[in-house]
Amino acid sequence: MAAVTDTLMPSGRLPRQHLDRDDMVKRGLMIVISLYLIISLAAPLYVMLSKSFSTYSFDLTAYEFQVSDAAGNFGQTATAATLNDRLSLLSPDKLATNADGRLAATSFFPEFSFRSPVKYRIRGTTPDTAYLIGSDLHRGTEWQELDSNTFRRVALRSSRSTGLDNYISYFSTPSLFRSVQNSLFIAVISTVFTVGIAFGFAYAISRSCMRFKGAFRMIAMAPILVPSLLPGIALIYLFGNQGMIRDVLFGTSIYGPLGIVIGSVFFTFPHALIIISTALAISDQRHYEAAASLRASKWRTFWTVTIPGARFGLISAAFVVFTLVITDFGLPKVIGGQYNVLAVDIYKQVIGQQNFEMGAVVSVILLIPALAAFVVDRLVQKKQVALLSARSVPYAPKPNRKFDFYCLMWCTLVAIFIVGILLVCQLAALVKFWPYDLTLSLKNFAFNHMDGGGWGSYKNSIQLAALTAVFGTIIVFTGAYMVEKTEGFWKGRAVFHFLAMLPMAVPGLVLGLAYIFFFNNPANPLHPIYGTMAILVVCTITHFYTVGHLTALTALKQIDGEFESVAASLKQPFYKLFAKVTVPVCLPAILDISIYLFVNAMTTVSAVVFIYSADTALASVAVLNMDDAGDIAPAAAMGMMIFYTNVLARLVHAFLSRAVLARTQAWRTRG
Amino acid sequence: MRHETLARSTATPTKVLPMAPSGNPTYLQISNLWKAFGDFHALKDVSLDINEGEFVCFLGPSGCGKTTLLRAVAGLDLQSRGMIRQGGKDISTLPPSKRDYGIVFQSYALFPNLTIARNIAFGLENTKRPKAEIEARVKELLALVGLPDQANKYPSQLSGGQQQRIALARAIAISPGLLLLDEPLSALDAKVRVHLRHEIKELQRKLGVTTIMVTHDQEEALSMADRIVVMNHGVIEQVGTPTEIYRHPRTLFVADFIGETNKLDARATDSNCVAFGKSELRCALHRFETDQSVIATIRPEDVIPHEAGSKSSDTGNLIDVVIGEMEFLGSFWRTRLRGEKLGDEVLIADFSINATRRLGLAEGGSLTVELPADRLLVFPRGGGHGSSH
Ligand SMILES: Nc1ncnc2c1ncn2[C@@H]1O[C@H](COP(=O)(O)OP(=O)(O)O)[C@@H](O)[C@H]1O
Ligand SMILES: [Mg+2]
Repeated sequence: MAAVTDTLMPSGRLPRQHLDRDDMVKRGLMIVISLYLIISLAAPLYVMLSKSFSTYSFDLTAYEFQVSDAAGNFGQTATAATLNDRLSLLSPDKLATNADGRLAATSFFPEFSFRSPVKYRIRGTTPDTAYLIGSDLHRGTEWQELDSNTFRRVALRSSRSTGLDNYISYFSTPSLFRSVQNSLFIAVISTVFTVGIAFGFAYAISRSCMRFKGAFRMIAMAPILVPSLLPGIALIYLFGNQGMIRDVLFGTSIYGPLGIVIGSVFFTFPHALIIISTALAISDQRHYEAAASLRASKWRTFWTVTIPGARFGLISAAFVVFTLVITDFGLPKVIGGQYNVLAVDIYKQVIGQQNFEMGAVVSVILLIPALAAFVVDRLVQKKQVALLSARSVPYAPKPNRKFDFYCLMWCTLVAIFIVGILLVCQLAALVKFWPYDLTLSLKNFAFNHMDGGGWGSYKNSIQLAALTAVFGTIIVFTGAYMVEKTEGFWKGRAVFHFLAMLPMAVPGLVLGLAYIFFFNNPANPLHPIYGTMAILVVCTITHFYTVGHLTALTALKQIDGEFESVAASLKQPFYKLFAKVTVPVCLPAILDISIYLFVNAMTTVSAVVFIYSADTALASVAVLNMDDAGDIAPAAAMGMMIFYTNVLARLVHAFLSRAVLARTQAWRTRG
Repeated sequence: MRHETLARSTATPTKVLPMAPSGNPTYLQISNLWKAFGDFHALKDVSLDINEGEFVCFLGPSGCGKTTLLRAVAGLDLQSRGMIRQGGKDISTLPPSKRDYGIVFQSYALFPNLTIARNIAFGLENTKRPKAEIEARVKELLALVGLPDQANKYPSQLSGGQQQRIALARAIAISPGLLLLDEPLSALDAKVRVHLRHEIKELQRKLGVTTIMVTHDQEEALSMADRIVVMNHGVIEQVGTPTEIYRHPRTLFVADFIGETNKLDARATDSNCVAFGKSELRCALHRFETDQSVIATIRPEDVIPHEAGSKSSDTGNLIDVVIGEMEFLGSFWRTRLRGEKLGDEVLIADFSINATRRLGLAEGGSLTVELPADRLLVFPRGGGHGSSH
């Protein structure tokens, strides 16, 4: 029947549908949110990337001088380079500088005296050559004639060149390169442990009939509620120089790789667990039954069915943990001691040495594993969707006393580890002066007497978290709605989707640094928000955008795709539908997005540490700074404040979710 | 050859369209519509006129382009070429919100979190009508679709058939000029479906709203439509009233798709004669050349048992057959007939219970049957247009 091609479609252009106001508004909103993401993410990253390829130096061949005698007769023309060579004044490494570098012109005239009647002339050899006379910037190839007193105030400006120089010097600096090795080592070891432990935990929960599963699940998620550096503080209290059970380590120091790895396992555990649990839940009961009917041993079944079934999850979890560890800097800062890692290097280069270009180089290097993790995660998600749609049957475990007992033991050990770390912090926060005065007091909560911003920083954190939760949820959900429920406009939607996925691939540290480059530039019209709460909110929303976006998309995809068509046929604007139907139906997902943003805004350190100001100090950063200043007990106390706030937020969230469900019970279930 | 006939039929659609029963003026005019999805053409040069107040069914197998055509009319999937006029106005590129129609989807697309009343009132709410008026209208609509006491329930608390009626009430609430229904009954079980057919038809007649319904169920189309548009592979095979479509299929596809039919390998012998097996019979007029291979069709119920002594109008079209398997199907016996005259062909006939009893028909018995010439249609092999009235 393929023969019905006798008449061909007439050539010509595709008709274009007239847009109604809804289409315009939707596209407009999508473009606005795209612009937001471009300004808050793509542009800063671009600036940072170009920064990492920029080097600044004084180009001496670009300047020419003439000097007169006392009578005012000028002599021969000489470039600064010639003078420098002739007199051996400055070695080449002295010529490397930063974007703001200045070099006094008098450096090339050792006999210079500002009282002398000698006159000087200076010019550039290219139109772009720049130099300062006093505070006035001059450019170009015109001679400027100056008396000695003025010439004293002439300074050459650095010129920018593009190249791999920063990278070359990074990799040829042994101490910096050493950090790469250290970071890789730490990340690999932590990944192996975390994924192994989390797999056992997830396996026990999904495949055994042990008791207390609910409690275990809850405890396992606790580390998400605290900053990543909190376990470091607990470890110091346990195994530090004055630790409670320091002797257990037989003299091995907790400061260094050991501490970093233990802490990393603590804070990455929930992330790995979520991914692996999903993977295991997806694995197919029928596969199991097939294996059982073939009388395969349990051990064989495990290796031939369970592991392959969960392998995507395991790979994805490994990449995520690896990235979290290698990009985390709070923990190694607290407990790393002399052991340098990449993330801390960035911090030191930028905050300590103000070497922004080198910070940018390290950031770009950190982007590599993060991008890899991102790509792998996306691939895995696709595979898992394919597995899901193949009608898997949830696995119903059968009781097995011995196996259930081992599972219970395993989960108990992990739970003790997690609860133990939190308990130690709690104890540290409440004890007066470890280890000399063990009476309980609230003295460590008197943050106003410490560095780090005091209670103000806690208030700021609450404010940041609340603003992030409110505005972030609105932006994220609106954006997801526009991209999911708009007809046509394929290219625009693809661009938007890409922008929304991008934040997941960018570590917070890198984002924070990119913000310095982009916003802390007086030429940027957005410069005024630098140092305000606004930039912290923008940064945090962007940092955690992707997960919220995906949550919203999932919820929106479950809504009947014809609602928009129905509303249009009834001549109702889309926002009515949005307000009356879409938002109420998606309320559970919306609550999930806001709690996710809230909790992360409370605990995040990596991005905001570069851009907070004295007025906008944050609790999570205060933990870091108080620890840095040696106030470890108050640091622990502040960490616990964050923990309690998040627990409270979660309770409120659970309560609200339940209320929403109860209210919507009538229409969600069949009556 | 088939190509020519097809091309002719699609290029001059108005000539081959039978008049609509109502004779009303044209309301919706679809001209030379094409829809391409990449290289695939889901609609190929479709032209169709629909009259005001008419109930039209798009009927065809799954994937033939019915929904695509409906969505083009609704502006939900813009056509690639062609024009659509509604009420004299060119609406080809208007967005859905600027067109004038109500639509019911297969999924009903009821808003789950709104009560039935608020679902129905959805389209009325920003029209600056007073609240009381909206309430009255909702009540009226609920009564119209026969669900007067369900106003405060939620969609999930209703049965499928009830949800269907609510979706219908919501669509007609704003008194649209055109009602579009995409397989509105396919998700329901058989009993409810039959019941709702009548209700929808009744409602449409009462409102007088021009209606297009997409369906792949021929019974639905035959029982509801004023006119049926039979589609296949993105083209319109035939447009006509249910009886026209049934009695005078213009293509083998239509003859085969609507109802049941015997397809016999045959040979044209004259402009009104056809031969198959060892018989040569008179048939409906056709324009095949002598000795051309064709397919002759006749519906099982058109095969008439010849009663000895009765005077046949058409004695030349009698064939002696032997009765094969008989299958009781409630109101008739489906009977397989073989015979020397039929060659290798098996002829299926439906005999009424009365006739069967009267003639004492039984498996293994022999019988003479009549194949009325005007019911014996001839088509080219492999589809296309064939003999006609
Ligand atoms: N968005 C689309 N992209 C590609 N092909 C499509 C799309 N929508 C429909 N089709 C194809 O067009 C043909 C007609 O589809 P449709 O109109 O839905 O058929 P039906 O008659 O069953 O309603 C089918 O072959 C279908 O696969
Ligand atoms: Mg369809």
